[in-house]
Amino acid sequence: MKQFIKSFCVAAVAVGISASASAGNITVKGSDTLLILAQKWAENYMGSHADVKISVTGGGTGTGFAALQNQTTDLCDASRKAKAAEIANCIKAFNARPTEYKVALDGLSVYVNPESPLKELTVAQVGDIFTGKTKNWKEVGGPDAPITLYSRENSSGTYEFFKEHVLKGHDFAASAQTMPGTAAIVQAVLKDKYGIGYGGAAYGGGTKQLSIKKDDTSPAIDPTENNVESGTYPIWRYLYVYVNPALDKGDIAAYLNWIRSDDGQKYVKEVGYFPLPKNLRN
Amino acid sequence: MGIHRGHQARPVEWLAEKFIFLVSLSAIVMVFLIFLFVAREALPLFFGETNTALVQKPIPTADLEKLSPAKLQQYLELTPAQFAAMDKDTLKSLMDVKQEAQDEVPEEFRNDPDARINTTEWRYLVLPHQWNHYDKPEYIWQPVGQIQKYNIIPLLVGTLKTTLIGLLFAVPLSVGAAIYVSQMARPKMREIIKPTIELLSGIPSVVVGFFALLVMATVLQKVFGYQTRLNAFVAGIALGFAVIPVIFSIAEDALTSVPRAYTQAALALGASRWQTAWQIVLPAALPGVFAATVLGFGRAIGETMIVLMVCSASVMSWSIFDSARSITTTIAAEMAEAVSGGPHYRILFMLGALLFAVTFVSNMVAGAVIQRFKLKLEGKR
Repeated sequence: MKQFIKSFCVAAVAVGISASASAGNITVKGSDTLLILAQKWAENYMGSHADVKISVTGGGTGTGFAALQNQTTDLCDASRKAKAAEIANCIKAFNARPTEYKVALDGLSVYVNPESPLKELTVAQVGDIFTGKTKNWKEVGGPDAPITLYSRENSSGTYEFFKEHVLKGHDFAASAQTMPGTAAIVQAVLKDKYGIGYGGAAYGGGTKQLSIKKDDTSPAIDPTENNVESGTYPIWRYLYVYVNPALDKGDIAAYLNWIRSDDGQKYVKEVGYFPLPKNLRN
Repeated sequence: MGIHRGHQARPVEWLAEKFIFLVSLSAIVMVFLIFLFVAREALPLFFGETNTALVQKPIPTADLEKLSPAKLQQYLELTPAQFAAMDKDTLKSLMDVKQEAQDEVPEEFRNDPDARINTTEWRYLVLPHQWNHYDKPEYIWQPVGQIQKYNIIPLLVGTLKTTLIGLLFAVPLSVGAAIYVSQMARPKMREIIKPTIELLSGIPSVVVGFFALLVMATVLQKVFGYQTRLNAFVAGIALGFAVIPVIFSIAEDALTSVPRAYTQAALALGASRWQTAWQIVLPAALPGVFAATVLGFGRAIGETMIVLMVCSASVMSWSIFDSARSITTTIAAEMAEAVSGGPHYRILFMLGALLFAVTFVSNMVAGAVIQRFKLKLEGKR
């Protein structure tokens, strides 16, 4: 028995050592927004680099940063910039700021029911609608009916971005219903004649996506690919990958370079986001 | 201790006994560890060690030399061990980060009186406050944003609302079904109904939530004609479906285990079946039925997925046709994105501890009440 336990321990240690020593294991954790894209990247990269193994998990941007600072992940996907507290935590954990890479663009559209006569709104009008200042469609040129708001869970990077940049930091109306995902918002808006929601520009299937004016005087812009990539559509954001600078070498650096190359960027469009402008690519 | 009755315990039996002892011990240890973990994560909140004020006066990085080590350590929120291990450059970059965080605050918020409030103080957690841009004092849960608002009252109200609606719906139905199955149904009928109701508990709650989201919400809206499609009422009814099998199976057991002598005596004295069930069996089984209800309450208050899927706007309203957000939903939905160790994270743990306390106290009270009922029924008081 003792002999058995001894040999078992030796075997376990050997397995452990060989697992940690085998080169080219990259772990990616973080934003659920980026999850599908990250998986796509990983699959295609592993297809051409047989010696590299990439495992991708979601869980949320915050979870990703927690893992980055505990050094249980190599790369952290983020749908928002790192917060000061998270950077401070990283410095406390590994004495350096995490390196930030922009990896894709995301445009956010405002969805309404296809039956709505509305075509365009200014950013400020959208903000007023979601803070609850504007309660009736007729105030923005629609029918005389109350507006039903559909928003995201506050854990979503989309929620946070919308709050900071469209609501200008003000609170969402308490009556805004929080939906578990963009698909749920689209479903709800399709069922609700007087509903309004927001989400990724590529996910609005079936709803009417409003043209957005930056302010009263500027032209209304459709959330199309060209407009988002050129930055003329006013509601867009970057998606990021963060990495511990000490690990940013060898396989990991090569993978990050590939993601930001023309080759990697061509997968971005397949999952509904927008590729980086040429000057930010690698 | 153990198996020593007249013969030497066999080694296998001895092993089995020790193993079972270890398993039960590990359960106790687990409960204790979980509680310890939750309490530890929430503790800084109780000591007032979190500060969420948006605008804080940063100390210029150049003043690093002038600060006493103790003050610096407190300013940078470091543990003594972390502080001791750090060199000057790291400290400097930490101070830079503090400065940058202040520089990023939008102009509009710099002069906002709310930006100087530490929103994790108790009065902001439980009392209404008139925030800037609001007309009157309000309870607001909006933990993400420039000014983080952590009022937990809407969550408590939301939890109570959905739980009570669920119980009001489930208790009469399941106790009624239990009385019918245990007292009145013919054996054949019983063999169909009992397993069918108990099968309900086999449906994963996420599926119940899904069904409620897509089907029940629409049907109930058509029947009752309220404005908000997804609200506490729909969530409560869906919760009821999750709770019914719990209450039913325990209540049914309690009713069945009432001695047959009671029933037979009542029937012999000329009582009808209904009178027997209602006036003899049900009172005799009341402790069991009550225990079933309390367990149902625990199940309902701890249920996450159904409420998460059906409604989750943190509205402060007692109307059952408004939306609601329960504590469990909040923890499940927000924990993943909270900065670990930050105020939001601490408050979510505090909510977890609160939930634990509520179920613990309700179980204890239920235990005491059941004891009293039992003594009364047995004529000892």
